[in-house]
Amino acid sequence: MVIPLFKQACIRLSPWSPQVAIARLKAVIWLLALTPLLRLLALGLTDGLGANPVEFIERSTGTWALVFLLLSLSVSPLRAWTQQAWLMAVRRLLGLWMFAFACLHVTSYLWLDYQFFWPDIVADISKHPYVLVGAAAWLLSMPLAATSNQRAIRALKKRWKTLHLLAYLIAVLGLLHFWWLVKKDVTEPVLYSLLFAGLMLPRFAGWFRDYRKSQ
Amino acid sequence: MLLDNNRRNPSAILPSEITPQAVFEQRREVLKLAGAAAASALTGLSLPAQAATAGSLSFAKTAYGKEETLTSLQDVTSYNNYYEFGTGKEDPAREAVLFKPTPWTINIEGAVKQAKSISIEQLLKLAPLEERIYRMRCVEGWSMVIPWIGLPLKALIDWAQPTGNAKYIEFISYNDPRHMPGARIPVLDWPYIEGLRMDEAMQPLTLLAVGLYGQVLPNQNGAPVRLVVPWKYGFKGAKAISTIRFVEKMPNTTWMKASPREYGFYANVNPQVDHPRWTQSSEKRIGAGLFAGRVKTKLFNGYDEVAGLYAGMDLKKFF
Repeated sequence: MVIPLFKQACIRLSPWSPQVAIARLKAVIWLLALTPLLRLLALGLTDGLGANPVEFIERSTGTWALVFLLLSLSVSPLRAWTQQAWLMAVRRLLGLWMFAFACLHVTSYLWLDYQFFWPDIVADISKHPYVLVGAAAWLLSMPLAATSNQRAIRALKKRWKTLHLLAYLIAVLGLLHFWWLVKKDVTEPVLYSLLFAGLMLPRFAGWFRDYRKSQ
Repeated sequence: MLLDNNRRNPSAILPSEITPQAVFEQRREVLKLAGAAAASALTGLSLPAQAATAGSLSFAKTAYGKEETLTSLQDVTSYNNYYEFGTGKEDPAREAVLFKPTPWTINIEGAVKQAKSISIEQLLKLAPLEERIYRMRCVEGWSMVIPWIGLPLKALIDWAQPTGNAKYIEFISYNDPRHMPGARIPVLDWPYIEGLRMDEAMQPLTLLAVGLYGQVLPNQNGAPVRLVVPWKYGFKGAKAISTIRFVEKMPNTTWMKASPREYGFYANVNPQVDHPRWTQSSEKRIGAGLFAGRVKTKLFNGYDEVAGLYAGMDLKKFF
């Protein structure tokens, strides 16, 4: 239902030149990213973050990091499916917003939750697997953010693509972080995992085709 | 029954099921009166605006926790773990609005002289109601300070007359999928079961709470009657208790069944025994603000007087 509608929307954009289409889609992405941030700010200033404001901010920034990661992973299947090559131009922006939300998530954990009290932080990360995989996902996203520019792409050549395969590992670790965090109600992790599986399906199909061809 | 919107076929309400309005209103009064009759020192308390729907209780103030800073009524009644009304912290306040905690009886069964039941009105007459300010530490690493109103569980145990075979007490919470949306989902093995060892149950700190902040217990906090064991993690505090069973063997409680590796029978607050997921060495105090940081968690949540109950026990093994 949503996917055919989106496909239609993408194709409708085609009368515009790719430059205009890219600019408009980027504006939408900025809007999508700034809305939750402004909402958190507004709620924070009006005492609207509920009984446990730190948990609220951690949950919100963590969830949005996951959403932007899944959005960035949806670009290449969408491009293949809609035949709109210009879509690739927004992938970096989506990935960088994922990194921005992940940084806010980690900052709220280190600062708001633990007040940069390192003995407790080290104990928490080393003792609790869900914190550990979350920390690993964030650390692994650093080199991706650092190499998300033309100069790095040119310098790394083929290795850039290999390096950016880490996005899949980051997604797996991020989802694991979510699964292990919830106490009993796994509705949300299931939902995001299914979305991730849906995005990986065309990739696995492609890799399988390449493998068959190479045989 | 008038407010029951979960019923599939509204026309199936029998006339006999409909509570006359006079009786319905009377029930709220009964709680107030019973409380008033029971308390020796009557203390009037003005109620915050949110509490307008619930009745007020009369009770004696006590010295318990009088030095503590209270968590606000708003936070105490809007941030709840009560899975029968949903797994989100804000769900119970919203979903429990139509729940009717009156009339109510608690069944007493198992190793007792005679199985019987007690109404909430009778329960309130067993001992004078007291206000006790207790710290509550959740296993998830947050804590509150709540002015409970209730009576020692010991008063009910004495009334129940358990036999020599009663080594443990099992608390069974009310379970009604029709009125409890969370109970329709098998997220836990319903009904919710909790338990205490007999000596823990008799400990003077162990409270049957029927109110908080001077008012009748709000639905989302476990109305009409819940268990409060301040030196244990919050999940030990069974809500909306419908059956109390005296047993010889350690009850298999709901969270133990859900994840035996994570939740033990004793569930004593202990900064030395870490949970597989949450830090137990420190806690977040609800309502302290965005930049307040964490406070150190104390053994037995700071209630050192219970230490004798566990003398010689390996608390890492019996967590």
